[in-house]
Amino acid sequence: MARFRKVKEFVIEKLIFASGIASIIFVALIFIFLLREGVSVFKTTSIGDFLGGRFWYPISDPPKLGILPLILGSLLVTAGAIVLAVPLGIGAAFYIADVAPVKIRHLLKSCVEVLAAIPSVVLGFLGITLLVPFLKHTLGLPTGLTALAGSIMLAFMALPTIISISEDAINAVPREYKEGALALGATHWQTLTRVIIHGAMPGIIAASMLGIGRVIGETMAVMMVTGNAAVIPTSLLQPVRTLTATIAAEMGEAAKGSPHYFALFAVGLVLFLISFLINLTADLFLNRGKKR
Amino acid sequence: MSAKIEVERLNLWYGAFHALIDVGLSVREKAITSLIGPSGCGKSTLLRCLNRMNDLIDDVRIEGSVRLDGQDIYAGTSALTALRKKVGMVFQRPNPFPLSVYENIAFGPKVHHLAKADEMDHIVEDSLKAVHLWDELKDRLDESALRLSLEQKQRLCIARLVAVKSEVLLMDEPCSALDPMATLKIEELMRHLKDDYTIVIVTHNMQQAARVSEETGFMLLGELIEFGRTPDIFTRPQDKRTEDYITGRFG
Repeated sequence: MARFRKVKEFVIEKLIFASGIASIIFVALIFIFLLREGVSVFKTTSIGDFLGGRFWYPISDPPKLGILPLILGSLLVTAGAIVLAVPLGIGAAFYIADVAPVKIRHLLKSCVEVLAAIPSVVLGFLGITLLVPFLKHTLGLPTGLTALAGSIMLAFMALPTIISISEDAINAVPREYKEGALALGATHWQTLTRVIIHGAMPGIIAASMLGIGRVIGETMAVMMVTGNAAVIPTSLLQPVRTLTATIAAEMGEAAKGSPHYFALFAVGLVLFLISFLINLTADLFLNRGKKR
Repeated sequence: MSAKIEVERLNLWYGAFHALIDVGLSVREKAITSLIGPSGCGKSTLLRCLNRMNDLIDDVRIEGSVRLDGQDIYAGTSALTALRKKVGMVFQRPNPFPLSVYENIAFGPKVHHLAKADEMDHIVEDSLKAVHLWDELKDRLDESALRLSLEQKQRLCIARLVAVKSEVLLMDEPCSALDPMATLKIEELMRHLKDDYTIVIVTHNMQQAARVSEETGFMLLGELIEFGRTPDIFTRPQDKRTEDYITGRFG
């Protein structure tokens, strides 16, 4: 009996170890594969031409594989989304955490969860049928399929992340700070903007970074509403193409082993690095918040 | 000696729980009044009635009157922020804000619009001097207040009240997080401050009440059992329960 238990313990221990180690192995394998396929593009195109090239004509002869318009497209759409989502998300988080009456708080929290549960293709669908025509008419544009439309859709997707993590950060601010400020005769608003926000700041920054991470990797909704023109964007009101949409749209038709195919892997590599950096920054802020 | 605060027939309920029962006392101006009693007797609750911090708790009901300089602080007309500026509070756990030393002091004057920017340096200096922190901290004003020692933090919290020119200092077990040496230093500071401030202190520590206060109130199960001059309470208690408590028979 004791022997059986010992064997059982051993097996369970090894199984748990294997599950733990599996995620590391998967990440490593994915990265290696991405790297091997992606690096091959530099046999035909230099790194400078790839990252700094202004033209993305993958099926011309010879192919022009400059991803600068795609990088700028991604950054522009993301920046727009952040400008919309961060203030709105932080405001909502403060309202939920510190202002709203209990009943409204619960209702709002459920709403935020539902918002997070909407599949991005459904959001994209709403975007195409409602938002794009709306933008076209109200702003008098030749087409509503613009970077702005993408930013608005992505803001919706970043909001739940930003709200729920910021709210946690605000709730984690010690009650004593709030009491101390109120006991000094500060108003609720002064307490919020001058004391609580300082305590919650690392968490709020981390929330925003994770929101950005979510946005920059998003594909479906963006592809549906941004028009996908691979040109260097000069304004939010023109069509753009993002890194993600490029991979999703062209992977199916790129001939395996062609420069185009390898270039798409390299685009994936670039995306991977960007998200990695963003998550790393968010982590730094989250840990800093915990240490204090 | 006039009364700074007068409490009359004060009753307080947390939901159905009757936490303060017909409490009445008067707090002398520019003196130290201490409230003692076992845990849960209502002494902190009473203290928090004096600057209306109980208002933050849901489901609280208060009857009776608390008059500060003759004005009922629970009357509809009195402003909460002005009251709390006048009646400051020091908490059990020192609670400096996650800001610099300088900003901690400047916070109060800023929210009450007490000072122009060029006067702030003086206010910070004077406030820190009043709590004997200036010499230690004058070169560390930009450092985060969270890096100070516990005793320094508690002094800083008192300096914040000095900066808004509070008249009454409510101290809710201000030394319970501190070691004996730091406790003595804070007590010394309190004796210093009573020339200018009216101080009400809640304490677990009977010796502390005996050491620092002019008047003492003993509370038990929501009632103020006995209130009077500190030497009288500790040497000639009138009530059997007070005697039992101060001689250590319970509590």
